Amino acid sequence: METRNITSPIGGPYGSGSGDQKGRQQLLAGVMLADRYTIQEVIGIGGMGSVYRARDMHFPNVVKLVAVKEMINMAPDPLVRQTIVQNFEREANLLATLHHPAIPRIYDYFSHDDRSYLVLEFIQGRDLESVISDADGFLHEDQVISWGIQLCDVLEYLHSHKPDPIIFRDMKPSNVMINQNGDVVLVDFGIAKTFQTGIKGTMIGTEGYSPPEQYRGDATPLADIYALGATLHHALTRRDPRLEPPFTFAERPVRRIHSSVSIELEAVVTAALQYNPTERFQTAGDMKDALMNVARKTGALSKLTSVSLPAQASGGVKPIWDFKCEDEIRGTPTLSGGALYIGCYDNNLYALSAADGKFQWKYPTEGGIVSRPLIYENNVFFCSEDQRLHVIGARTGKLLWTYYTDGRIYSSPRISDGHIFFGSDDQDLHAVNVNSGRAVWRFSADSPIHSTPLIANEMIYFGAENGSFYSLDFRGGLKWRFQAKRAMTSSPIQKGQAIYTASVDSTLYALDANSGFAIWKFRLGKGTISSPAIADDFVFVGAADGFVYCVDARTAKEVWRYKTDNQVSSSPAVYKDSLYIGSVDGSMYCLEYRTGRLRWKFDTGSAITGSPVVFDDIVYFGSTNHHVYALFA
Amino acid sequence: MADFFRKLFGPKEDTKPRPLDGATTAPLTDQQIQSIISSQAPRYEIRQLVAGVGQSVGKQRDHNEDSLLALTTTISGNAESIPFGLYVVADGMGGHQFGEVASNAAIRIVGGAIASKFHSYLFKLPTQSIQDSLQEVMESAILEAHQYIQREAPGSGTTITAALALGGQVTIGHVGDSRAYAISPDGRMEPMTRDHSLVKRLEELGHLSKDEVDNFPHRNVLIRALGQGETLEADIFTIPFPHPGYLMICSDGLWGVVNEKDVIRIIGESPNLHRACQSMVEAANAAGGPDNITVILVQLVG
Repeated sequence: METRNITSPIGGPYGSGSGDQKGRQQLLAGVMLADRYTIQEVIGIGGMGSVYRARDMHFPNVVKLVAVKEMINMAPDPLVRQTIVQNFEREANLLATLHHPAIPRIYDYFSHDDRSYLVLEFIQGRDLESVISDADGFLHEDQVISWGIQLCDVLEYLHSHKPDPIIFRDMKPSNVMINQNGDVVLVDFGIAKTFQTGIKGTMIGTEGYSPPEQYRGDATPLADIYALGATLHHALTRRDPRLEPPFTFAERPVRRIHSSVSIELEAVVTAALQYNPTERFQTAGDMKDALMNVARKTGALSKLTSVSLPAQASGGVKPIWDFKCEDEIRGTPTLSGGALYIGCYDNNLYALSAADGKFQWKYPTEGGIVSRPLIYENNVFFCSEDQRLHVIGARTGKLLWTYYTDGRIYSSPRISDGHIFFGSDDQDLHAVNVNSGRAVWRFSADSPIHSTPLIANEMIYFGAENGSFYSLDFRGGLKWRFQAKRAMTSSPIQKGQAIYTASVDSTLYALDANSGFAIWKFRLGKGTISSPAIADDFVFVGAADGFVYCVDARTAKEVWRYKTDNQVSSSPAVYKDSLYIGSVDGSMYCLEYRTGRLRWKFDTGSAITGSPVVFDDIVYFGSTNHHVYALFA
Repeated sequence: MADFFRKLFGPKEDTKPRPLDGATTAPLTDQQIQSIISSQAPRYEIRQLVAGVGQSVGKQRDHNEDSLLALTTTISGNAESIPFGLYVVADGMGGHQFGEVASNAAIRIVGGAIASKFHSYLFKLPTQSIQDSLQEVMESAILEAHQYIQREAPGSGTTITAALALGGQVTIGHVGDSRAYAISPDGRMEPMTRDHSLVKRLEELGHLSKDEVDNFPHRNVLIRALGQGETLEADIFTIPFPHPGYLMICSDGLWGVVNEKDVIRIIGESPNLHRACQSMVEAANAAGGPDNITVILVQLVG
């Protein structure tokens, strides 16, 4: 049994102790953490605890695996304990802000007694150290070049982190995973550090891979370049630098051990491993360019899969497809059965292929369509400014029936228990039999209804333009009414026993679903017609002051706010750990929903008032520039 | 020997449970659990709050500085009935003058301020809705009590843990180290509140181990109290009322003395809520009764 993967911090006061075996016991298979993660097996051992493969039991019907990194806090000194926890939280917070294909995503972190846990994306694959040691002979040069380019790319990403560059500080083969696609993923950000010039870092790293200056306490981007050189040297020569005297790479150039490596590649590795930092590549980007040049010469490049760059906030996002309609799109699409349905102010409802944006059919009405289509039993239900509810075949786009109201319709239909519910400018909430197409009842709200009703707890909830908010039973009887100061155009959502909605009176409301009492009110900078969304205990909403707000659902305390450059009328959509929302400034924004940090934005050049729909890692939305877009989430 | 080889070479698949189509495995979703529980719970025609209370001076103090208020309202008729309840525990600060004055003022002023806001909703015809949100009502009531204590009983202080139950939700206002718990029928007991005490703070900062917490010499030092300090920030939040199960509010004379297992056992063994409260008080006294003991136990039935 070899003891790979053991990295203890150099000179740390909390290295491996011998008398603490009980406290360091590994979790056994089958143990459930945080009522959620079932431990399967140990996949690595680190200085502070083990790394486990675990199954996320929040997905009982599929096997979702996660990596759970454990840190056992054994330090007796409270100050040291605190430092350890802070380091752990630093790793968690650092990871949460990073988005790169070669960096595992973080899902969760929590502490339990003296153990803290990070829940990370599980990387199916092997670490580079075992790939090197298990190989029958030398690894192929092209393969090492490909990994080297990918590692430069992720270092370039880390080093260009704002406001301060992140130094990985522990680049070595055992911290590089090769996943099932053969791509690299960096693991163990335990000692990665944001670098502030002029401040000495602590002395951490792994002997053999770390550059001379790191032992003096200097950790800079150039240290990572040296360690990457050492890693590539190890991969090409199969000589473990930890078994060699330190800083002796110059005495054993790559080609002396592995003669078929090209001169060019050896030169790149040698340049990275210069004793004097100023003689190395000065940036990871320079080193990547040098490796790309080698790859072009050796022909390795043609065999490489293109290195995907992380989406940047600066407009690096490219649509998967886009489709142009005849007029503005102000509404929200619906995705069903591989087709995307969206209404347009050219009076048509469009059906597009979700995969490539190909036109399938369009159906003309006599008014603009902002209402979001609803798919029910292979039919599309939607409303139009032509005062009608239209019901058409989802495949054919052929009319089945229409239902007339006495006003324009901006509300979107909802179906429950055989009835269709929607509001109209004729001031009525309409309940229509889904089979017969006849009105079952109408409820007069004394004001136009633009919001989309919420059906929950066998009740119907909706707001009206005079600021009233209603709760009706299924027979159309009023249960309670809440009065806001101005229009309630926002469509309500529900979680537990609370209804969340917002008003043009600049307030986000939490209402008790049973009684209509305001549980809390949160003051927005300006009014809003954006509909809230909820994830975990966070409520999200946009407002006309240009902000996207995140509010704690229990305490009504603001968690974060994000400023766009114009009004936000669009409603947020939450998918995985991101929040998507459009702004009148023309951009679709992707924010980290826990922190409000920008992941990317995509500029359409014209106001986005509709809301995005996210499915299978693709975001769909329309813009007033007449286009429908599909972007990678 | 044959067993040994079977172990080594036997087909592994046999030991694996085969997945059933459409079958769900643990953990069940909250919805599934709720539907199982609700299918088993008895039904009451009127949805109502039921409360029991208990209080004792304890065995080692000569006067009681704890105060409690329990107000349960059920109005039922042709119109929909919405359960309304207000439950407050206040623990006047020992070592300060007028500890009992402060806790008594706290429950009456907070109770009175909230009840007067709801008066027109409960008793006026036609009923009138309330302009402020529930959290605003709670916050202003606690602030009013804070200012009163500063003015009328300077130097004293009190904890307060107040629960405003309305419909299926409960809004909690909390300062100090009295506690509100959600107790589920299967014997889980979750604190809803976080103590504003020095010991808790040090524990949260990682300065104290579990043993050190239990033996900390200044366990009763508060870092926030009603009547103390220029500004007061109460913890205010709204969560679903524990249902099925119980809401328990108590002073540290109970939670610091009777452990959670005994609390759950007593509730399980008691025929009704006031007997449960009485038994908890007796258990605290049997364990030495070092401090005043106050407990309120509330259940939402129907």
